[in-house]
This record gives sequence, structure tokens and C-alpha cells, in this order.
Amino acid sequence: MKVKVLSRNPDDYVRETTRDIQRVPRNYDPTLHPFEVPREYTRALNATKLERVFAKPFVASLDGHRDGISCITKHAKSLSTVISGACDGELKVWNLPKRECLRTIQAHEGFVRGICSRFCGTSFFTVGDDKTIKQWNSEAPGYGVREEPINTILGKAVFTGIDHHQRESTFATCGQTVDIWDEQRSSPIRSFSWGVDSFSCVRYNPVETELLASCASDRSVVLYDTRESAPLRKVIMQLRSNTLCWNPMEAYYFTCANEDYNLYTYDIRHLDVPVTVHMDHVSAVLDVDYSPTGREFVSASFDKTIRIFPKDKGHSREVYHTKRMQHVICVRWSADNKYVLSGSDEMNIRLWKANASEKLGLLSTREQAAANYNKKLIEKFQHHPQVKRIARHRHLPGDILKQKRELREMREARRRKEKNVRKHSKPGSVPLLTEKEKHVVAVVE
Amino acid sequence: MAADEEELSINDQAISASEDEEGSDDERKHKKLLEAISSMGGRKRKKQNERSEASVQVSEYFVNAEGTGDKVNLSDLLGTVEKTSGASNKTKKQLRNLQSSKGTLELPLNKQQTEKIQRGIAYEKTTTEVSCWKNIILQNQKAEQMVFPLNQESSAPRRVEQVVAGWKVQTPLEQEIFRLLHGNSQPVNDPVLTPVEEQSLKAMSLEEAKIRRAELQKARALQSYYEAKAKRTKKIKSKKFHKVQNKAKRKDFLKQFDEMVKTNPEGALEELKKMELSRMEERMSLKHQNSGKWAKSKAIMAKYDDSARKAMQEQLQMNKDLTQKIVVPSDDEHESVEEELETVPDFMNDPEPVIDPVNPWMRGQLTHEEPEVSCVPSEDVQAAGEENEEEEELIGAFERKRKLRQADEEDLIPAEEEQPASEVVEASDEEEDDDDDEDEEEDVSEFNTLFRLMRSEKTLECSNQTREGLNTEDEEGLLNEGQIRVRNIEDLEVLDEVVDGRPVEEPSGTPSAAAEATSEAPLKKRREISLKEVLTKEAKAVKVPFLPTVVDEEERDEQISIIKEAFAGDDVISDFIKDKSKQEASGRPEVVDLTLPGWGEWGGVGLKPSRWKRKRFRIQMAPPPPRQDQKLPDVIISEKRNSSVASHQVSHLPFPFQNTAQFESTIRTPIGPTWNTQSVVKSMTKPKVITQMGAIIEPMVKEDYIKHKSTAPGGKGPAIMLGGNRRAREGTKQSSEKRRGRRSQKRKKSQA
Repeated sequence: MKVKVLSRNPDDYVRETTRDIQRVPRNYDPTLHPFEVPREYTRALNATKLERVFAKPFVASLDGHRDGISCITKHAKSLSTVISGACDGELKVWNLPKRECLRTIQAHEGFVRGICSRFCGTSFFTVGDDKTIKQWNSEAPGYGVREEPINTILGKAVFTGIDHHQRESTFATCGQTVDIWDEQRSSPIRSFSWGVDSFSCVRYNPVETELLASCASDRSVVLYDTRESAPLRKVIMQLRSNTLCWNPMEAYYFTCANEDYNLYTYDIRHLDVPVTVHMDHVSAVLDVDYSPTGREFVSASFDKTIRIFPKDKGHSREVYHTKRMQHVICVRWSADNKYVLSGSDEMNIRLWKANASEKLGLLSTREQAAANYNKKLIEKFQHHPQVKRIARHRHLPGDILKQKRELREMREARRRKEKNVRKHSKPGSVPLLTEKEKHVVAVVE
Repeated sequence: MAADEEELSINDQAISASEDEEGSDDERKHKKLLEAISSMGGRKRKKQNERSEASVQVSEYFVNAEGTGDKVNLSDLLGTVEKTSGASNKTKKQLRNLQSSKGTLELPLNKQQTEKIQRGIAYEKTTTEVSCWKNIILQNQKAEQMVFPLNQESSAPRRVEQVVAGWKVQTPLEQEIFRLLHGNSQPVNDPVLTPVEEQSLKAMSLEEAKIRRAELQKARALQSYYEAKAKRTKKIKSKKFHKVQNKAKRKDFLKQFDEMVKTNPEGALEELKKMELSRMEERMSLKHQNSGKWAKSKAIMAKYDDSARKAMQEQLQMNKDLTQKIVVPSDDEHESVEEELETVPDFMNDPEPVIDPVNPWMRGQLTHEEPEVSCVPSEDVQAAGEENEEEEELIGAFERKRKLRQADEEDLIPAEEEQPASEVVEASDEEEDDDDDEDEEEDVSEFNTLFRLMRSEKTLECSNQTREGLNTEDEEGLLNEGQIRVRNIEDLEVLDEVVDGRPVEEPSGTPSAAAEATSEAPLKKRREISLKEVLTKEAKAVKVPFLPTVVDEEERDEQISIIKEAFAGDDVISDFIKDKSKQEASGRPEVVDLTLPGWGEWGGVGLKPSRWKRKRFRIQMAPPPPRQDQKLPDVIISEKRNSSVASHQVSHLPFPFQNTAQFESTIRTPIGPTWNTQSVVKSMTKPKVITQMGAIIEPMVKEDYIKHKSTAPGGKGPAIMLGGNRRAREGTKQSSEKRRGRRSQKRKKSQA
């Protein structure tokens, strides 16, 4: 007689090791799991709430400078090293994981205006108010040996910014002119000027490495090509741009931080209208830096906040502020896309997480999967009012909020006025300008 | 004339040369004098002279060429050109023309303009160069997932030779392994196969392998088919069927055996041996000897029951057959009987046929089926005897039976499904009875389809969008900033009430009383994409057997009479109809009467406005969209907005979506692991950007993406050229060169 016995393959229920999680057989029959949407909606809502609860972006503060931080730069080859310059001419090299200062150098008299690391990471350059360019070794000198620059170049005028070529041994400085230097020579190999008396920032394009862009004091942004004899073109805007940054993944886009509280992303092929106007700051934007993935950028403002913008969105996705953080002068996005560094007036460098609620450190696969699922859920239900309301909520200090409101009122009044003017003038005589078109005065060839 | 001039110029030159020789002394003196004067001035000015040409007189201070101060005229050059024989006539002619022409050259452009032109050209050049990134950038923007840093070394397992390349044998163990490998002539380079392996690979060609594979596949398919068939037949419970089948099998076997005797006597012998063995076994055992339990019980019954007697005799006959000695191998009967015994499980000794092997207590269940099944074939069998055709027919009959039964079952299922659904509706009605009318109506509406609403929604939404577009889109950023700090989940809950001190953007969030007081039409307009509508995926009726699905007619009548008795006083149905008509009437637009008495005609007590006036000033409003319950006589569906749900609904269609259906479908598809398999979840939830921990993300490097600068100057060519193409082109170049070479060689040969 045949006896029927329940028999299962042990592979289906026996773990290979005790560390494995128990295998749970699942039945995906949809009748057994009803109410998909409400259940996922609840999960999404919970995920958003938790995301906000765990949003603790502030990681560390590096103190030690004795004056406001004027510039920061990342080390080209080491994630843990950061170099900062202060307004008293002091230079500090920091170790981020240990949160300590490795070296202190009295580099310049007056401000340190700019720092840039050489592409190989062995040395870095600084420019200061004392009209000098100094090259420093990345490694600290031995005990008892004085900190001396490898090389010092005495210039004719004050240099306000410096940037190094991505792969070659040339660098660019700006001051009264934009100069291209060879590391081996003491005079510039080329200098560009175009009827402007001073420049505030110069940046090499990291992708198209021969391209340069600079911000000038005549409210313009000028483009250069080191292979050409003359500058390429310039855009004049309504107010001055303080700094600019190229997108490291998209060769023809750059973003400039403007005095009119906005940031503008330009496509260098169509300079007459910016691609996007990024508005949210309530005071002049002083610095901008792209994330190494080229998807987002971070901006520092005089209004004591840092904001993170998606590169194609008009408004910020995140705002960071602390009670003690004063005017933020410089900001950098770390090369591993995880952190943001900000240097501010009150002599501190602050380290922030780029994603406020992201868990740091190594995640187990399950943790990672759960995080991915939550992220996707929030994205899926992002248009639902309850989810949106929680996901978008940010705390802002009172004065910034007040200014924001004020600005909104002003903008509204201006809009109303313009509307009225248009209403009472000959049709077509007052053209309707979009926000993008408003801020560009002219493109000069 | 021209000849004369030439002569003159020659003379002039001759004279000037002679004068130079004489005057050079004077010149030197003059220079010395000048130097002396300049040195007296105190400031030392040394004029550097360029050395351009060797001269006869070499000063001790500097090298001086003849005629350094003089300007060179075209005529001077022309003279020498005429003399030299090497210069072509053409250039001479051109030079002569140049000399004779009197026109001045145009003034060059001023500096500003030239610079502008230069800049323009340079800009064009750079933009074209830069725009070769366009494809790559677009591709990256569209990519579902980007992994940074870019251009990582693949983590996939590398080939052995790649790993081995930069590695040396160090330990003795490794040395030994290497020696072994080399001893077996294990190749380290490209084809990582031993000669033996290669041989085995070569042994079967591709076609052969394919054919063999097809054969195997076919065999497997057939096998599985037969297995399935065997299983099916084995499952059939009818004894008669099996009897018939066994008989057929026996016949088959006999035929085969006959053939075997002729063709394969050895095989036949073996079969015989088997039969012998079975005979022995039969003789040893007490089977078929009427000594079993069953036989005893039958023996009691044999007196009265004919069939029992027959069965006992049959069994004895079987024993006889089996124990009979086989003399001749061609004796059909015995073999077949024995064979049957081997193959057929003997149910003769079983005390009672258990119908359901799973549940022995299920006696009555299938009994009414069993006679049905057996009745038809039993006649057939008796009539047909043991002929093959009949048997096949019989099997066919069984098949038909089975199909019929399946069809019946399928019919049953939908009937079951329908019932609970209707019951659910009723149940919900009863539950909500104590709530006020509106709620009840809404509940009903959940069960009826809401799709018609969605149709009307499209038009409503555009009005919504235009209304909200003005005030929200302008101001709305990505963030909603306020002074409230969120520290825990409770804070998040209360966020709503105090956000920013200004009203929440969605008017749905705080439905004002005033709005509700107004007519229903505007309320309807504010209808939103409701979560419930999104949920209208067909409600899956869970199939739970409701207790008495079939109620006796008597019972039903009883129930009806009870209900009638209970509701004897009030007329529920007419109440309901009245209610419904009231609802419909409230939804209907009213005629707006704007007539004013006395305007344009006499007014006063008892005077009515004229017909003309009434026609002119009584305005008929447009009818609202048809009610959802228009065609459902027993249902009232409220079209009022549910404010408790509204706060969770999306008020307007979000940006990338074209229509509501699209949006709803994205919301409706679950992405969680509860509903999807692991791999699907993984692919659905994969993040857009993956970064490696602790890795520096370098910017893009042009050389990795845009490879050939020379082939496509100015980025006019395709951004990325296929490697194969390029190679092909190079190949053609080489081949053409080769051809040329050969030709030239041939030519040389022929010349030789």
C-alpha cells in the first residue's frame, strides 16, 4: 500500500549557515494581498516622516582659524584632506575623519584669495592679497623645519582667484587680467583682458580642459579658450556674478552665483538666455560648487544658509543653517558625493551630509534594499499632499523667513506693476519677459 | 623702352657700388663722432646692430652690413631678379605688373573689429567642439541608473591569463602546481583549453550536436507525454476500465511475444523464465485459494448471491491458470494471465473498495457518480467482448465524461463568485444603516464603478489647474520653509495646522463651511483625483463558502413573509424612491429668474411680467453631467466630496503625466516586496545614482568618450564611431596601398 507523506526538499527551508536569514516562502497571489495602494501609501507616508526625523545633516565643525574662512579646496587625490585659507593669510590643512588640523601655514599677508590643488595632489597653489602666487608641498616638512613654499611668483597686481588645469602643468589666475601660467615659468604664458578692470573668479572646465570661464566686475561672465588668442564671448547680467562652477559631467553647462540672490545655469552654446534660474536665497550668493556626479550643486550665501539645488530645478531641495553659522563665504562638495563643506565668516568650517537623512557607513544589503524601497515610495507618492507637505517642510530662522516673505511681496508688487503698465500701454509695446530673460543684459561678441 | 631702362638701372647700381667703397670711410668717422657725442651726454646708449649679412668690412665693435639704413625698393629687387636665370618668367611678369600698378592697398580693419571677428570665429569653433558632447549628455540624463565613478574596472571575473600576467610563482606549493600544469601542457595563453579538451570539443560538430539535441528533446517530450498519460489512466477509479485495459495490454503482449519467438528467441526465452518464476511464486503463496478474508465473507454470501459465487470461481480459475505448467512457449493464455498478475494490482482480495483514498470516510460523496460512470461502459463491454475498437471507444467515453465534469465545475465557480459580491453590497448597506444617508450613499458608490466620474473629471481638472496655477506655481518651490522645527513624528503630524501661518495650498485641506453651503455644482467641480478612484481596481471577491447558498423555496417564502410582516407599517421602497428623486432634484440646475417688474412695462399689484420679458430674463443653466446612479434604480450615489479623504488626494495632474489614467496606473502598480518577487522589486527600486564608498569621482575624461579628433574636425561627424567601421576603413587603406605596391613592383620587373 502506498502511504502518502508530506515531503519537502530541505533546500527550501534549511539555511546554509546560521547567519542566513530564515527563508520565507511567499505566495504572490494578489488575492492574498489586497489593498496594494493604501498599504503602499501608508508606507510612503511613514517613510517620509522617518526621512524627516532622521534628517540630521550636520556632521562636524572644524575650528582653529583665527579669521573668517575665505576659501576651501579639496585635495585632488585624498578624500580626507581639505585645505582652507583664511582672511588673515593663514592656511590650514585638515584631516576630515579625525577632524583635526594637520598643518598651519602663514602663507600670505592679508587675505588668502584662492587655493587650488595640483591634479596629482603633490602640491597646491595659493594666491593672496600680497600679489604673490605660492606653491606649497602637500606633505608637511619634518619636525623643526620651517614651512617654506616650493615656489613663489611675485605678480604685478593682486590675484583674486586661481584654478589649476585638469591634467597639464598650467594654471590660471585672475586679478586685473586672466593669466595662464606655466608652472615652470615666472611670467604668464598668456594673459587675456577685455576692457574690464578686475575679475573675481576663474575656473577651468574639468571636461573640456582648455576652456575657461571667469566672472568680471563689470557684471559679466567671460569665456576663454587657451588655444585661442582672444576671449570667446561674454554675457553681461544685471548684477555681478561672484563665482561660477562648471558641471563636471556635462561639458557645456556652468552655474554662476550672482549678487541678485539667484544662481544661473548657462549653456555656453546659447548664452543669451540661462537654462535655469535657481532662486531661493535671500541674499547675495557667494559661492557655488557642483557635486562630482553633476546632478546637483551646493551654494553658499550671505544670508547664512547653504542650499542644495538639483541642477535642473528652479528651487532648492535642501537648506542647511545653524544658529552660529554666519555669512557663508565658500562651499565645496566632497569628491565622493557624500559631504558638503562650508566655510563661513565666524572662522569655522562645517561638514554636512549631502543627503540629510542618509545613513552613513556601510549598509547591509537588506538595509540598502529597504532604503531604496523607501526612497522609491516617496518618489512614487511625492504628489500626494500629505507626503508632499512633510517632505517639503524645512525649518528656517525667523529673519530669513521674514526676508523671504518680504522678497515675495516685492516680487509680487513688481509683477503687478508690470501687469498694469502693460495693460495701459499700446499692445506689444511692453513685451512679456520670462524670468530667465529678465536678468541678461547683453551678450557681447 | 624697357630694355633701355634696364640698362640704366644696371649703370646706377654700378655707380652706387663704387661710391659705397669710397664713402664707407666717411661713414665710419661719422658714426664714431656720434658715439663720442652720445658718451659725452653721460647716458650710455649702445645701439645694437643686427647681423644680417656678411660684409667685406668688419668693424672691431660690431658687424655691419652694407646699406643697413637704406630702404629696399621693389625696383632694386627687380633688377636682380631679371639677372638671375633661375626665376621663372611668370614671377618676373607679375613683379613687373606690380611695379607698374599705381593703386594703393586698402586700409586694414581697426583693432576692435579684427578682434571681434577673431572672437566670433573662435567662439564658433569652441561651440561646435563642445556640442559633440550632446549625445553623451543626453544619454546620461536619460539613463535609468548611473554608477559613479565612471569607467571603473569591471568587477566581473577576469580571464586567467589576465590575472596571471603580473604574477610570479613564489611558494613551493605554487611551484609544484605550475610544474604539474606545464607537465600536462596546460596552455597559459589565449585558448585556455588543454589539447584533450579541444579534442573533445572537436569531436562533435555543431550540426550533429543540434540534431542530437533535437532528438533528445523529442524523446524527453514523448516520455513526459506518456508519463502524464499513464498517470491519468492510473488515477481513473473505474474497475471496469482497468479490466478492459488490462485485457488489451495482455493481447498486445501476446502479439509481441509471438513476434519475439520468431525474431528474437533469446528474448522470448527470458520472458518464459519470468513466467516460470511467477508460477513458482503463485504456487508458494495462498493467493487466489479462496482462503482470504474477502473470500470467506464471499463464501457466506455465495449461497444467496450469484455474483459472489462467480467472483470466487474466478479467483480459483486464476489460481489454476497461474499454476499450470507451461509446456509450449507459444501457449498464449497462460502467459497473458501471468503477465496480468504482474502488472495489475490485485484488488480482488481487498475487503472493500475505498473510493476516496484520501478520506476513507467519504463514502456517500461520489457514489452517485460511480453508477453513472459504470452504466454506459458496462453495456458496451458486454456487447463488444474483447475487441480493440470497442475498448478504444470505451476509453473515449471516459474522456468525454471527464471533460463534461470539468465543464460543470467551471460553471459553478462564477456562480459562486457572483453571490458573495452581491451579498457584500447588501451587508454594507445594513451596516451603515445607522449613519446618515449621505454616508450610506457614498459607501454604495464605492462598490459601483466610479469610472464615469473620471470622464467628467478631465474637464473639471483644467479649470482647477488654471485656478491654482496662478497662485501656487509662481511661488511654489521645492521646499516649504517655516519656523517649525521637526524633531519627531508627532511634530510631523501637527505640521499641517501651523505651516507657515498661511493657508494650505490645497483648498481641499480645509473645506470651509461656506463652500459647503453653496450649491452643489461648484462642490462637484472641486472634485479631485481620489485615492478611492485610484483604488477601483476590481474588488476581488474572496471565495468563502457562504453557509447555505441554496435555500429551500419554503424557507425563502417564509423569510419573505417575515420581512413583510416586519415592515408592514412603512413603505420602504417608496421612501427610497422619494429620497432618490429629491437628490436628483437638488442636483438639477435651477432656473435663474432675473425679471424685474415695471421695467419697460407697467407694474403693479396683480400684474405679471410679460411673456417676452420672462423669456428674456429667465436663464436656464446648463445641465450637470449625468448622475452616476442614473441607470441604477436601487442605488443612490452621492456625488458630494468626501472631505476626510480629500486631504489625501492629489488635487491636480502632476507634471510629467499626460492624463489621469496614466497617473493612476503608476500609482496602482505596487513596487513593494509584498506584491512582487525579489528580482522585480530590486529592478523597480534601484536608485538612479550609485556611488562607491570612499571613491573619488573624477570628472569625465574627453579621451574616453570622444575618441577621434582628426577624423571629424569640428565635431561634424558622428560623435562615436564604431570600432569595426574604423578598422574596416583602415583595412581598405592598407589593401589599396598593398595593391599599389604590387603594381609598382610589377612595373619594375617589366622594365627590367
